[in-house]
Amino acid sequence: MSEHGMGASVRRKEDYRFLTGNGHYLDDMVRPRQTFACFVRSPHAHAKIRGIDTSSAASAPGVIGIFTGKDLEADGVGPLICGWGITDKNGEPHKAPAHPALATDEVRHVGDQLAVVIAETLEQARDGAELVSVDYEELPAVVLPKNAMDASSPLVHADVPNNLCYDWELGDKAATEAAFSNAAHVTSIDIVNNRLVPNAIEPRAAIGEYDAGSENLTLYTTSQNPHVARLVLSAFNGIAPEHKLRVIAPDVGGGFGSKIFIYAEETVCLWAARKVRRPVKWTASRSEAFQTDAHGRDHVTHAELAMDADGKFLGLRVNTIANMGAYLSTFATCVPSYLYATLLAGQYTTPAIYCDVQAVFTNTTPVDALRGAGRPEATYVIERLVETAAKETGVAPSELRRRNMVAADAYPYQTPVIMQYDCGNYGASLDEAMRIADHTGFAARKAEAQSRGKLRGIGFSAYIEACGIAPSAAVGSLGAGVGLWEAGQIRFNPTGNVTVFTGSHSHGQGHETTFAQIISERLGVPFENIDVVHGDTDKVMFGMGTYGSRSAAVGGSALVKAADKIIEKGRKIAAHILEASEDDIEFANGNFTVAGTDKAMNIGEVAFAAYVPHNYPEGLEPGLNETAVYDPLNFSFPAGTHICEVEIDPDTGAVEIVNYTAVDDFGTVINPMIVAGQVQGGVAHGVGQALHEGCNYDENGQLITGSFMDYSMPRADNTPSVDIGYTSVPSPSNPLGVKGCGEAGAIAAPAATINAVVDALWDLGVHDIAMPATAHKIWQSIRAAKAAA
Amino acid sequence: MSVSVSMTVNGEAVSGNVEGRTLLVQFIREHLGLTGTHVGCDTSQCGACVVHINGTSKKSCTTLAVQADGADIKTIEGLANGDELHPMQAAFREHHGLQCGFCTPGMVMSAVDLVKENPSPSEQEIRDWLEGNLCRCTGYHNIVKAIKAGAEAMRG
Ligand code: FES
Ligand code: FES
Repeated sequence: MSEHGMGASVRRKEDYRFLTGNGHYLDDMVRPRQTFACFVRSPHAHAKIRGIDTSSAASAPGVIGIFTGKDLEADGVGPLICGWGITDKNGEPHKAPAHPALATDEVRHVGDQLAVVIAETLEQARDGAELVSVDYEELPAVVLPKNAMDASSPLVHADVPNNLCYDWELGDKAATEAAFSNAAHVTSIDIVNNRLVPNAIEPRAAIGEYDAGSENLTLYTTSQNPHVARLVLSAFNGIAPEHKLRVIAPDVGGGFGSKIFIYAEETVCLWAARKVRRPVKWTASRSEAFQTDAHGRDHVTHAELAMDADGKFLGLRVNTIANMGAYLSTFATCVPSYLYATLLAGQYTTPAIYCDVQAVFTNTTPVDALRGAGRPEATYVIERLVETAAKETGVAPSELRRRNMVAADAYPYQTPVIMQYDCGNYGASLDEAMRIADHTGFAARKAEAQSRGKLRGIGFSAYIEACGIAPSAAVGSLGAGVGLWEAGQIRFNPTGNVTVFTGSHSHGQGHETTFAQIISERLGVPFENIDVVHGDTDKVMFGMGTYGSRSAAVGGSALVKAADKIIEKGRKIAAHILEASEDDIEFANGNFTVAGTDKAMNIGEVAFAAYVPHNYPEGLEPGLNETAVYDPLNFSFPAGTHICEVEIDPDTGAVEIVNYTAVDDFGTVINPMIVAGQVQGGVAHGVGQALHEGCNYDENGQLITGSFMDYSMPRADNTPSVDIGYTSVPSPSNPLGVKGCGEAGAIAAPAATINAVVDALWDLGVHDIAMPATAHKIWQSIRAAKAAA
Repeated sequence: MSVSVSMTVNGEAVSGNVEGRTLLVQFIREHLGLTGTHVGCDTSQCGACVVHINGTSKKSCTTLAVQADGADIKTIEGLANGDELHPMQAAFREHHGLQCGFCTPGMVMSAVDLVKENPSPSEQEIRDWLEGNLCRCTGYHNIVKAIKAGAEAMRG
């Protein structure tokens, strides 16, 4: 392994600028003559807009323009879209009610925007927005997903009966019913997957800019996928044709899914820039972020597991009500369907699975993909069920899992819910996690804790996820409106250094480092001579962006293909100059060598020859610059076992995570330091969901947890350190053998944590606890169980 | 109504006209163009905006520019010695204590102040100190490791 090649913990290229305050985040940008936008937002969860009076705002100091939804309509700006079509149980398409960027007739959640004020300064824009007076007629709101379909519930959209976006199913219902009728034991659970607010620490922001000379528009935006934003803003919102629109996503301060989507604010800033003929800038306040960033999760689920007398899983039956919020965000529909139910086999050989999902509208912020997107929800269902089943049947949780795991030699393994797992070794991860967590020592630790009056519990989560998203034809057949390949380009400059362009987007993942490692390893170019460019539609050919732990598997693979093309061309050039046959040229460590001789050329010399083609193969194009597109063969399937050990103070209900072990199979690891960082961050996210985070609305749809004062984020003093191990089976589905690591922690941790909490409380009679398992909730559960005993 | 303020920022005398409501972080970012100090919230919770005021870490989103009149301010841009990173910055890099980098300036400025108060902080002391600094990316594990190492390097 070279110092900067694959498998080395190379320190990151991007760190110097971030550590010295030289990052270029969106709000840091100042465009000449820029103006500021402030949105007028609904204080009500649901109301009719009877009128908007902008007259006093219009004459306020510094105000340049005020626009409402009518202005957008008049200009033909299309509504915001949802890009994944779901076909329901009856073969009907999902309900897609209109989602105007500025609400015209009704507002449907707190924070729903209905007008924008543009002014010389931010303060003037805010002051102006205060002066816009809106005549609302308040309407009743529906808030909880479980009530949404009730006949007595108000309708979020008059044209969507029962607030039902779709009623969808997957799996063989009859076979699953049969499995249950033959079961020796059935375990059932009712669980809620709590609603989360993404809270990247950088708030969303946008600057729209119009160049009157070229008639080109530029959007600077906090996006995980600038090309997708350009495509949607052109093709659906109709703001400018693609070739007249440039989208730039500079340094982005975390995304976690929330910056995938094409939101109202960037759409409006871009459109308004042409209206006011000046750059228009908007940066979300944290309060706006709470109200308008697409939230995550929010499922209500009933699940049942059928087993035979030996504890073999026979069937799994799952019903989920998934909250879509007030409108469909960009990819909302696929999250509780194809990103969820397709993973319900987990690591197990359950032969019959049936899942149906009712996706419903409520008067809350739209819900969409958040770190893991559907897969954390699936893992939570399976791993809570399995743990509960183990408790009920008296089989050790590890043993019950082992009995049902897909065997290491059973790949490719076809699950009953679409996915075909390409490789894995789940037992190995379980063993390794138990070893690192010192599972055998747990009984003694529990006894010791008991002697101090503390309750100890241990919980497992054997998760699987589908990453490397995704084979385009496969997702197309499931309703995706886009292909999910990735593009990469390797450009040698004449002096031998390299500029790499990728359609992936880094917002913390460190692609400038890992992608340079891939190129350094493949082409033998010194790491410091490689620069990675991303996030600009004018520089990068195209790209689908970064989410679903896809960048290394798909974006990295595109670069491998481009590197192969570079070597092929370089071989021709070297053969010519070294006066050898092409077949005799070997390439290794950056050198083209005539086999069996010491005649060689470095790839830098080849690049120079390609740009100064004086002595050059006839008919070969000058230059050394190759582009490749990679469309994956299959998803990749990272999997592993996480073990959480907690100690609970029964007098206060306070939980301390005393050990957290993560053993993951991510296939080939490019940079172990970065991968460990992704696991730690993911686990913090998952532990946050399990113990702290929960987004709540009151019965009128007011957001109760609308700031960091009310919404409990994982903090340094309540987040565990993580013991990390790997069991790597390289993925056969991409040339790097990678699987993806960005979401695993958030997928595995909630179940591991709650299983540990429930284990600690089981003997007291507490058999379930809803997330977030706060001290208060635990204390109440203990009291209730004692009262019932 | 505009008020004039002067202060020292990263060793340079600066002055400007601000409104009474202008926050120190706005003065630093918008008037001085020093955009390394970030804004992550509006309730004084996230710590992305931490700078040193007269040698002590403070949230610049919760300080008015006029309150800092006459003060000695240090921001993340003033921490390194030329091209040479401050030991705390170097430790964050070495221990991968940052991912997206947005919380990082505040984290580093907080950490430097912690070490001034407590040259040899334990893991628990570091975690407690960071109570006012949020990071969504790292899970804090590597930030804690980095601060421990940075403290050691600062002790020399
Ligand atoms: S900006 Fe969040 S605490 Fe200052
Ligand atoms: S590194 Fe992204 S918020 Fe801390």
